[in-house]
Amino acid sequence: METAEKKIILQVDHLKQYFPVKKDSFFKPKAYVKAVDDISFELYEGETLSIVGESGCGKSTTGRAILRLDEPTDGKVHYMGQDILGLNKKEMRKLRGDLQVIFQDPFASLNPRQTVKQILNEAMAIQEVVDKPKRKDRMLELLGYVGLSAESLDRYPHEFSGGQRQRIGIARALAVDPKLIICDEAVSALDVSIQAQILNLLKNLQKQFKLTFLFISHDLSVVRHISDRVMVMYLGKVVEIAEKKELFDSPLHPYTQALLSSIPVPDPTLKRDRVILKGDVPSPIDPPRGCRFHTRCPFAVEKCKQEEPPLRELVKNHFVSCHIAEDLPV
Amino acid sequence: MNKKNKLILEVKGLKTHFTTKRGVSKAVDGIDFTLHKGETLGIVGESGCGKSMTSLSILRLIPSPPGKIAGGSVLFKGKDLVTMTEDEMRKIRGNEISMIFQEPMTSLNPVIPVGEQIAEALRLHQKMGKKAAWEKSVEMLKLVGIPSPEKRAKQEPFQLSGGMRQRVMIAMALACTPEVLIADEPTTALDVTIQAQILELIKELQTKIGMGVIMITHDLGVVAETCDKVAVMYAGNIVEHASTEQLFANPKHPYTQGLLNSLPKIHEDQDELITIDGSVPSPYNMPAGCRFASRCPYREDICITHQPNLINQSDGVKVRCWKYTDEWTGNRDKEGVI
Repeated sequence: METAEKKIILQVDHLKQYFPVKKDSFFKPKAYVKAVDDISFELYEGETLSIVGESGCGKSTTGRAILRLDEPTDGKVHYMGQDILGLNKKEMRKLRGDLQVIFQDPFASLNPRQTVKQILNEAMAIQEVVDKPKRKDRMLELLGYVGLSAESLDRYPHEFSGGQRQRIGIARALAVDPKLIICDEAVSALDVSIQAQILNLLKNLQKQFKLTFLFISHDLSVVRHISDRVMVMYLGKVVEIAEKKELFDSPLHPYTQALLSSIPVPDPTLKRDRVILKGDVPSPIDPPRGCRFHTRCPFAVEKCKQEEPPLRELVKNHFVSCHIAEDLPV
Repeated sequence: MNKKNKLILEVKGLKTHFTTKRGVSKAVDGIDFTLHKGETLGIVGESGCGKSMTSLSILRLIPSPPGKIAGGSVLFKGKDLVTMTEDEMRKIRGNEISMIFQEPMTSLNPVIPVGEQIAEALRLHQKMGKKAAWEKSVEMLKLVGIPSPEKRAKQEPFQLSGGMRQRVMIAMALACTPEVLIADEPTTALDVTIQAQILELIKELQTKIGMGVIMITHDLGVVAETCDKVAVMYAGNIVEHASTEQLFANPKHPYTQGLLNSLPKIHEDQDELITIDGSVPSPYNMPAGCRFASRCPYREDICITHQPNLINQSDGVKVRCWKYTDEWTGNRDKEGVI
């Protein structure tokens, strides 16, 4: 992986996404939820980068901001060298053929009044990827890729199970020959046996079509299975980013360590020293000064309360934003 | 490990059926288990397997109609909950048997301060005075680890975070020191770091109070970390019942094996996950034979025609599968099973 020439497909620089919250009074300054606060990363062609973190850390917001489903407040996003945020509506729509998304709840993201045929047809028509006479064949081909039968074409979303609906969502994303797919909690709503089917499917499709995945998830076991690299977010900030093995074997940030040790492992013989974090995630409207994690960090020192830690490359290709990462007990 | 402890709950042949326009849905179809003092029983299975319906049936909280307990008994300290009057039942709910649900926001009253809601249970069941109940409720909030409990007790649920709401639910459930706590997916809606806090809390309070816990979950990780024994449910039946160690070390039922195999492992790399093909049969139209037969890699003719019973094995594990009987032709031909 690391020796091969890696081509950057997506470059995110200083991305910020602030949402205004209701003003209490005319005289008070407007407050913002800083959902994503100045994050930068790049995505290489053909890889799977996962964004993990707990609710409200900004992982989904990041995905949506990249696709401009919510217009970002500030920052730059380059796709294959092209500045996405500078595109007009028409150009953006064209680009969406390359950038697709699969959402968590396939029932909410499929039109209940369209048959599978109409759903797939609409995607192809908008992106003008396949000529009309060839579309039927293409649809059957797509259904084959995602493991649905040809009869599915004339059925409606409600006639399918959760796992099958997710397959329709994947078929729709594939219909327009995308290069990059953002999977936003794509398997979180599924039962484990179905989740395994969908994860295998995604992995196979990635190999087959040389897809790049930005995989957003809160489930670390799933992330461990599917990713090449992992980025951990906390309260709108990137706290750690590294190759999968490196991150799971030797996490450097205290938050990542706590997160990894919190996962219940399906093995009763395993005894672990668990780091249990105290308290809740602070409000993103008024995040703590300095390091955002210092209110829950068991190792926090005075500096952490004052200064915001920069993202540093402590080990090769392993970035962490912690003042005292070197001095932490292993 | 809790063999010497007192038996508090015994479920025998419990059946819960729903009569709808499409026919009769057998959500829970004849299940048996026991719970001893201080013990944690896990009930696992995927959506629609009947695990939540089991817990609601124990407390007789099934929406009726269309639901109905169609048979069996639930013996709580020797008394049958199924045949009790509604008045008697009300004295048990929230007092001797408590329950916590997955989504605290929908199970708490949104317009009443949380302290008040806990106090209500105490006044009702323990006949406490207003002041004493309030003090006890603040004490409970402190016990479950809510900072500045005096202040929090006066707040409404929306002012609390998800983790704190779940703590309030636990405080409410434990206020009357119940003998049985039913936890229905108590941490599913929570983040992992908060989940770790809540599971730790339940365990700690269990040792303090000595109650029996029924942990209903789809997460095998949670089972491995909290339960003493496990019942695996599939399509309304228990298909395997074993101690937690046995279940994870040596799963017997093909469904349990499939379930464990399809989990992505956090400590090792796999190229491809092993999956269970197909999907669960419709509850309106259960197959005559084994309910897992259509998805089972070891299927034989008898599996399609006859339903197997939950049979005791030599090591104490109970499993509902023809593979562990003499009827299985594979057993006659060669030694040992997979």
